[in-house]
Amino acid sequence: MRRSEDFSTSYDRLTRPLVREHGELRPATWEEALDRAAAGFRQGVDRHGPNSFGMLSCARATNEMNFVAQKFARVVVGTNNVDSCNRTCHAPSVAGLAAAFGSGGGTSSYSEVEDTDLIVIWGGNPRFAHPIFFQHVLKGVRNGAKLFVVDPRRTPTAEWADRWFGLNVGTDIPLAHAVGREILHAGLANESFVERATSGFDEYRALVEPWTLAAAEAETGVPAEAIRELAHTYARAERAQLCWTLGITEHHNATDNVRSLINLSLLTGHVGRHGSGLNPLRGQNNVQGGGDMGAIPDRLAGFQDILDAEVRASFERVWGREIQDRKGLNLTQMFEAMEEGELKTLYVIGENPVQSEPETHKTTARLRALDHLVVQDIFLTRTAELADVVLPASAAWCESDGTFTNSERRVQLVRKALEPPEGARDDIEIMCAIATRLGHEWERPAAEEIWDEVRSLSPMHRGMSYARLAELDGIQWPCYSEDSLEPSYLHSRLWSKDPEERGAPAPFGIVGHSPPVDLLDEDFPFRLTTGRRLDDYNTGVQTGGFSSPLRRGELLDLSPEDAAKLGIEDGETVRVTSRRGSVLVPASITESMRPGLVFMTFHFPHQVDTQLLTIDATDPIAGTAEYKAAAVQIERIGPRPGQQAPSERRDAPDEALR
Amino acid sequence: MDLRLLDEVATAAERDAVDSLLGAPESGWDGGTRQDSDLRYARGGHAARDQRDLLLPALHAVNDRVGWISRGALNHICRRLTVPPAEAYAVASFYAMFALHERPERVVHLCTDIACAAAGSGRLRDRLAERLGPPGTHPDDAAATWHESPCLGMCERAPAALALQAGAPARYAVSAPATPEDLDALADGPPRQNGSANGSAPVGATADSSTNGHGAAGAAFPTTFHPAPLSGLSPEPEPVAAVPDAGSPDHVLLRRIGRVDPLSLDDYRSAGGYAALREALRLGPAGVIREVTDSGLVGRGGAAFPTGRKWNATAQQPDTPHYLVCNADESEPGTFKDRVLMEGDPFSVVEAMTVAGYAIGARTGYLYIRGEYPRALRHLENALSLARERGLLGTDIMGSGFSFDIEIRRGAGAYICGEETAIFGSIEGQRGEPRTKPPFPVEKGLFGKPTAVNNVETLVNVLPVLLMGGPAYAAVGTETSTGPKLFCLSGGVRRPGLYELPFGATLGDLIEAAGGLPEGRSIRGVLLGGAAGAFVRGDELDIPLTFEGARAAGTSLGSGVVLVLDDTADLGATLARVAAFFRDESCGQCVPCRVGTVRQEESLLRLRAGASPAEEVPLLREVGQAMRDASICGLGQTAWNAVESAIDRLGLYSEEDPDTPATPAPGDRAATEEAR
Repeated sequence: MRRSEDFSTSYDRLTRPLVREHGELRPATWEEALDRAAAGFRQGVDRHGPNSFGMLSCARATNEMNFVAQKFARVVVGTNNVDSCNRTCHAPSVAGLAAAFGSGGGTSSYSEVEDTDLIVIWGGNPRFAHPIFFQHVLKGVRNGAKLFVVDPRRTPTAEWADRWFGLNVGTDIPLAHAVGREILHAGLANESFVERATSGFDEYRALVEPWTLAAAEAETGVPAEAIRELAHTYARAERAQLCWTLGITEHHNATDNVRSLINLSLLTGHVGRHGSGLNPLRGQNNVQGGGDMGAIPDRLAGFQDILDAEVRASFERVWGREIQDRKGLNLTQMFEAMEEGELKTLYVIGENPVQSEPETHKTTARLRALDHLVVQDIFLTRTAELADVVLPASAAWCESDGTFTNSERRVQLVRKALEPPEGARDDIEIMCAIATRLGHEWERPAAEEIWDEVRSLSPMHRGMSYARLAELDGIQWPCYSEDSLEPSYLHSRLWSKDPEERGAPAPFGIVGHSPPVDLLDEDFPFRLTTGRRLDDYNTGVQTGGFSSPLRRGELLDLSPEDAAKLGIEDGETVRVTSRRGSVLVPASITESMRPGLVFMTFHFPHQVDTQLLTIDATDPIAGTAEYKAAAVQIERIGPRPGQQAPSERRDAPDEALR
Repeated sequence: MDLRLLDEVATAAERDAVDSLLGAPESGWDGGTRQDSDLRYARGGHAARDQRDLLLPALHAVNDRVGWISRGALNHICRRLTVPPAEAYAVASFYAMFALHERPERVVHLCTDIACAAAGSGRLRDRLAERLGPPGTHPDDAAATWHESPCLGMCERAPAALALQAGAPARYAVSAPATPEDLDALADGPPRQNGSANGSAPVGATADSSTNGHGAAGAAFPTTFHPAPLSGLSPEPEPVAAVPDAGSPDHVLLRRIGRVDPLSLDDYRSAGGYAALREALRLGPAGVIREVTDSGLVGRGGAAFPTGRKWNATAQQPDTPHYLVCNADESEPGTFKDRVLMEGDPFSVVEAMTVAGYAIGARTGYLYIRGEYPRALRHLENALSLARERGLLGTDIMGSGFSFDIEIRRGAGAYICGEETAIFGSIEGQRGEPRTKPPFPVEKGLFGKPTAVNNVETLVNVLPVLLMGGPAYAAVGTETSTGPKLFCLSGGVRRPGLYELPFGATLGDLIEAAGGLPEGRSIRGVLLGGAAGAFVRGDELDIPLTFEGARAAGTSLGSGVVLVLDDTADLGATLARVAAFFRDESCGQCVPCRVGTVRQEESLLRLRAGASPAEEVPLLREVGQAMRDASICGLGQTAWNAVESAIDRLGLYSEEDPDTPATPAPGDRAATEEAR
């Protein structure tokens, strides 16, 4: 039996502000900390201009907090450099969907997943990573829907599926194109939809033509007959949901991946109808809302284009400050700008980039190079340890009022249930205090007042008063007026016979295949892909404190075949090395992996820092890094079998062995 | 599905047993060898999860082959069927005939229920215990283990014993009336040869199968059990031996028993077989239902629900598919009528099920037979194969366009599975726990679909209904109890056995037909309806054996059990056995039954040990009333019937009762507690 070890990491809540003095963080009063935070920002802006400032907002906090955060960046500082961790996950989904349909949200609702005929989950393991969404999937399955899963690993989600397609990592576009070609050649395309509601079809037809089933099998590893089955089942389904997560978006060509999937829905008309749609499964409780609120560098609240002068004008009238007529830096660009010395001050709210960004050493060095780093969080994270000022915040989900927006675009009220611990303060209150010190007399507004400002500026939120949100248990956007509700799905306009009503056609994405950047070779023969397990979440900051009977700490999942070849036993610690770094990690032999493919999470950065291995090749459109595809080698480090096995932990104190 | 399988691996024999039932695994994902193609593609989902109903057959396959179900075997079954091991374990452990710990290949089931106890099974029990140790155990090198069994349905030749021998195929032997010599032979097992490995053909079987007297080859098709019984015993009597007045011109339901070869479809057809199905196809489904409704036929399983109404309600359900379930889980102590029908005239059951399926719009019928009926199982398996071969089952039956087939599901020793909703759970591969009603089976039955559940005898009655016409059938019997009825006579009568009489005869008529009691004996009580039924006195023989007559007399016909206890019977011991039976067979799902049956038995044991009836009887009444009022299903609701009637009607544990022991009866307590 495996020894039950405690891999949870206990963080104590921050209750006192900290400031850096002589290189060390020391407790300080709120006054001192706020003064220092504000002074650093003022100095940076005075010396290097507003675009030397960056804001990382929090995808777990309320819409109201995100709205105030982006307003802080745009009004108090005067820059569009605001972003959040949505960059590390679903920015490509937003970019891809917005490019096709004009708005970057999933097109269907959870209830439609329960009322559909086919659910395709492509590059996602919602059984583990989106357990709530998966309950809706299971209801759909129980109601008779077929479930198809496309994933390199045979994940727990795939174990529920009617069909699993185990493609090579990073070959989603060849697979999607082959599916598209097969649909076309089988005469299963929805021709009237294609003709009326789309553009660029001829280019698309030419684009996918080379991707025969045989060509796709050679590239993806999925048998031709299986690809054909996927194509025919999707095209023939009366209603179909195409869902994806980070297996699609954490690639260097992520937006292209998203476009290639959207193409399939355009080809078959599986969008804009009840039960048919496209769903990026979001991870953070409010990663959708953070973007909706404009806490992204290129959009203002309600997905309004920052390059549109009329849009800016309406905000400027209310805010009384000119908004820069150019896109700000996204998270990835901010880190690059730090390296180049262009970004000097950073305000991080509830994010932990040291452990969530690829190539940890690089990230740490970049943060150290800043003139001024302010981290506002509920725990002393690895990122906070690097800060000049640390501000103890409240936990949005239980210690503040406001709203969240979930993956189906539903805005829901969240009510304050607890007082923050003595010494911690509400995020919005902290930002207001800093704004005041920077010359903007922001009284701490009530959540509802902030929300009403959002409604006044964002047409798609206009109809959502707090009273109405309470009455209806949440409302999906768009909601243009207080008298009406829109359908549960988006883009029904595409089905209109009236060209006027139909509006702009949805363009096919003309995107080519680009294999993962980190190439496999003799020295690095294994493809490492990353993901999540059921009982942990991201870097473990929020979940590490809870015990779980399933938690086994960080593991390297590998196939029985590779384990046999390398002589590795289950539980044995091995060295995993990429072109960037090296870690020690226990091996876990599982049939869900095939030879050549290995898997790790990044839940236990204190134990194993997976991000030392990953590559920061990023998507040029959305800026998301290619967490899903690194090339690694694996070595045994233990003694050869038969030799005396020295305990790896002999030098560890006994209590570590609990 | 999120399966967490066990680490244990099945043996080759276990795998083979399961894979012979289910076919070879499709891929490494469902139990086969991992292939390269498995790494890129997998099927599963609905198709994999929809095999749950094969769980019980798969458990049987392993138990039949190796005698018990190891964790490795369970694991293989779970992988093949996409069932979580915990759930498969819950199902396997639900049934008395499955073992989850290693045991010898041979298991002897000795019936110690009411009729067999009255016929002296106690002596045999002591003999087996002496040879093999307490029930469920065995000496280290023994070839067999043994259990005390609830009623084996062979009451007409009590005491009875059944031996099952694992192997490929499994074998069985019946010893009834069981003799000490027979039991010795069964306990000794087959003569030892060099290493009888799991899965090898068992040694010690007789070379041919002539013992049933119907052709040396026996069944022409592969059957679950080897056609030849285990050696060393006197041959089992023919099915007809259970019908003392076989050949009587008055018989309708039993008319073919003994006259036709139960393994021959030609014989069946030459004796009028399949004329009723032809008539049914002529009438159309609505016509069949009309005739059955007009006939006044009501269910013979005990609940006496009008068959025509049940069929009509099922046929009219918009939800599809519709299912037919033939309830052949005949386990009510004292009942053996369905066994005789299935053993002696199996094609009539098949034909009647086909007619029923046609009437209610079903394409599939399930015949759920109790696990203790190996000969009936073999005869039915043969009948199904022959009927399929001749186009009487399958697609386009008799060229009519109607398609129907029957699957046999074998129970594994759980009385509760005869309850009309528990039987669904058992077929579906769940624990056989009754469901709350409504919804009734006709709306949501097997697999949640409209289902008609009918007892074997009920179905067989449909054949004369169609041949005679509904009104003519209704003219037989009394106004509200129409047609012929089978009665299972056992206990102290001279000629126990299965009797067919038109409704209307009295209890006295029946006992007289069975030759009455031997000289010098008198009736202490007659148990009507089995363990769930009630006692009447010897001076109540004028009770008409009709549904209305029994009801008027404050009792019920139940399944047709008439178990006569003479003045030598130990009534207190009988009640303790009845109570032990219910305690053992309660599924444990609802508290009144789970706890009540235990409390009832405890109280009866205290009474046997000399406790004061003034204290115990009120307690029994209270417990009994709680079970009757609050139990989910008939088991708990009727668990107090026999005890109540013995107290109120026979005067047991009343002040002037001669049976109330003045001194404790030792021995007894130990005996009943052993059964736990």
